[in-house]
Amino acid sequence: MTTVAAKPATMAQAFGRALRDAMAADPSVHVLGEDVGTLGGVFRVTDGLAKEFGDARCTDTPLAEAGILGTAVGMAMYGLRPVVEMQFDAFAYPGFEQLISHVAKMRNRTRGAMPMPLTVRVPYGGGIGGVEHHSDSSEAYYMATPGLHVVTPATVADAYGLMRAAIASDDPVIVLEPKRLYWSKDSWNPEHPTDVEPIGRAVVRRTGSSATLITYGPSVPVCMEAAEAARAEGWDLEVVDLRSLVPFDDETVSASVRRTGRAVVVHESGGFGGPGGEIAARVTERCFHHLEAPVLRVAGFDIPYPPPMLERHHLPGVDRILDAVARLQWEAGS
Amino acid sequence: MTVMEQRDAYRPTPPPAWQPRTDPAPLLPDAEPFRVLGTDAAAKADARLLHQLYAEVVRGRRYNAQATALTKQGRLAVYPSSTGQEACEVAAALVLEERDWLFPSYRDTLAAVARGLDPVQALTLLRGDWHTGYDPREHRVAPLCTPLATQLPHAVGLAHAARLKGDDVVALAMVGDGGTSEGDFHEALNFAAVWQAPVVFLVQNNGFAISVPLDKQTAAPSLAHKAVGYGMPGRLVDGNDAAAVHEVLAEAVRHARGGGGPTLVEAITYRMEAHTNADDATRYRVDAEVDAWRDHDPILLLERELTDRGLLDEEGIRAVRDDAEKMAADLRERMNQDPVLDPMDLFRDVYAEQTTQLREQAAQLRAELDAEADGTDR
Repeated sequence: MTTVAAKPATMAQAFGRALRDAMAADPSVHVLGEDVGTLGGVFRVTDGLAKEFGDARCTDTPLAEAGILGTAVGMAMYGLRPVVEMQFDAFAYPGFEQLISHVAKMRNRTRGAMPMPLTVRVPYGGGIGGVEHHSDSSEAYYMATPGLHVVTPATVADAYGLMRAAIASDDPVIVLEPKRLYWSKDSWNPEHPTDVEPIGRAVVRRTGSSATLITYGPSVPVCMEAAEAARAEGWDLEVVDLRSLVPFDDETVSASVRRTGRAVVVHESGGFGGPGGEIAARVTERCFHHLEAPVLRVAGFDIPYPPPMLERHHLPGVDRILDAVARLQWEAGS
Repeated sequence: MTVMEQRDAYRPTPPPAWQPRTDPAPLLPDAEPFRVLGTDAAAKADARLLHQLYAEVVRGRRYNAQATALTKQGRLAVYPSSTGQEACEVAAALVLEERDWLFPSYRDTLAAVARGLDPVQALTLLRGDWHTGYDPREHRVAPLCTPLATQLPHAVGLAHAARLKGDDVVALAMVGDGGTSEGDFHEALNFAAVWQAPVVFLVQNNGFAISVPLDKQTAAPSLAHKAVGYGMPGRLVDGNDAAAVHEVLAEAVRHARGGGGPTLVEAITYRMEAHTNADDATRYRVDAEVDAWRDHDPILLLERELTDRGLLDEEGIRAVRDDAEKMAADLRERMNQDPVLDPMDLFRDVYAEQTTQLREQAAQLRAELDAEADGTDR
């Protein structure tokens, strides 16, 4: 058997491959959004889909997020599985009423008669030098809406797996695509796509004993880098990649924190009212007697997303994470 | 080459003269709303249809009265009456084939019932025992929609999906005059026209959005005029003339089914009662206005037409009223039974598969209920 060296795929290509494979496997899967057809999406995630499946299956819509989500609701009511693109995080906001009042509630308000097998793709987060309204981390809004699943991959393999799982789900799934990882590559082989990951499982990306960094999406590689750097200080950090914010994997997170006794939650979105508060509360409720220090948060500042030339000061970086780790009162436990 | 010559050489050719893509004239509504009853056109109308419309409008009026009475008895949390608008409600339901879909707003319980829904099931939203008391697929009636105009893009998406699947299905979406100011109204009409989706939009212009009159809602010559900008026909109809509403909607449905795309129909009608039982209409309108509309009542118009043409006599009127009375008595009796609710239903159907978090919360409620039953709750 000859081994063909596979060209490593980017995360954007893995998302695209997942869409393609899902469309090939199930004729009810339809992709729609602004620029998803001829252009292949502004990030080229949907590149080639219109050519392969026709513009009835990969449709350029008018520029209207409520219209895109609202018509997708109707399509799902008729038995299709729409995958809609919101193009940029902050562009999704006009669609929030559809999302919150209908997408998230339709199964519940019809007592299960009308499920919403709808996938909403939201390129999110900063670090790409985008001008305002192009770098929001809006996960807290989605997390606060019962009826939605919220996932966000950090690896190329997860990008493929979670997207396939989202499309296969009979419930609406918000797939937060970390924009600044779109061009990242790892060993994922597009010729042999990995199995579909079940939604709702976190994964320990790196084992350690000193403290747990709880993170997701674009902050995962930053935390991995921080964990490497921490070795010089004699700290052995564990990194938990949540992958799914809703449902939340309390089991994996709590097990890790019980092992290490200390935790820092790291994310780009603002700290106040942000996902970190919820995560810290859950960890405290479940692991109080195992904790050697309060659960800390390293988050973006509580400011509107800054202009690109200042965003590096806003985004949690390795130093800020290590500072937090240092504040975990190491002497108390040793 | 001189500098000027160089500049001319690089000057791009001007774009061709802009041409409107569609001649707007055929899309424009007539100045006068279309009428059938009391005109020569009525003689050509199908007598059986007129009779059916009459019976349904009378039943609808009785249904509205009964539902309003149920709010006073505390059996309904709220009821937005469609008294005065029954012609629109009934015509919208009767014009559709079984395979078609109706997308009602919160005021359109009557249309759902006229389409065949169990009157009690149609009222669960307003009673408060559940949001939607019926399976939307069974009668192809979408859930009664409370946010304004958000059901319109659903109708477009469903009709679009049906066409993609090769099904001969039309979606009829209902909205009020206030709803036409919402962004979703615009987006739905635009999508429908671009996709040529088989959708009919029925605007019931009943004069007021709660308290705000039409002249504070829009500066357009009519709501039907809005269609032209989207590239679809706009039609203006007398919303109290059931035969006219039926004819205009039937034409729009035929047009959509035949691949002609969407139509916007504005039915001019009047809300005879307050926005809901919780509203005080005397604050924003005068009795004289309401009284003027009484002479143009949908029941009156049909009754006059049918009796003038010898299609209805006293006995016929009595039979129709008796039938409506029976429906009301049955509704009253069934609504007076306390619904049996299972609190554990709160956790069902949030997700296809319950999350760990919801399982934990369900267990908590279960324990609270058990403690309540045992009398051990604190």
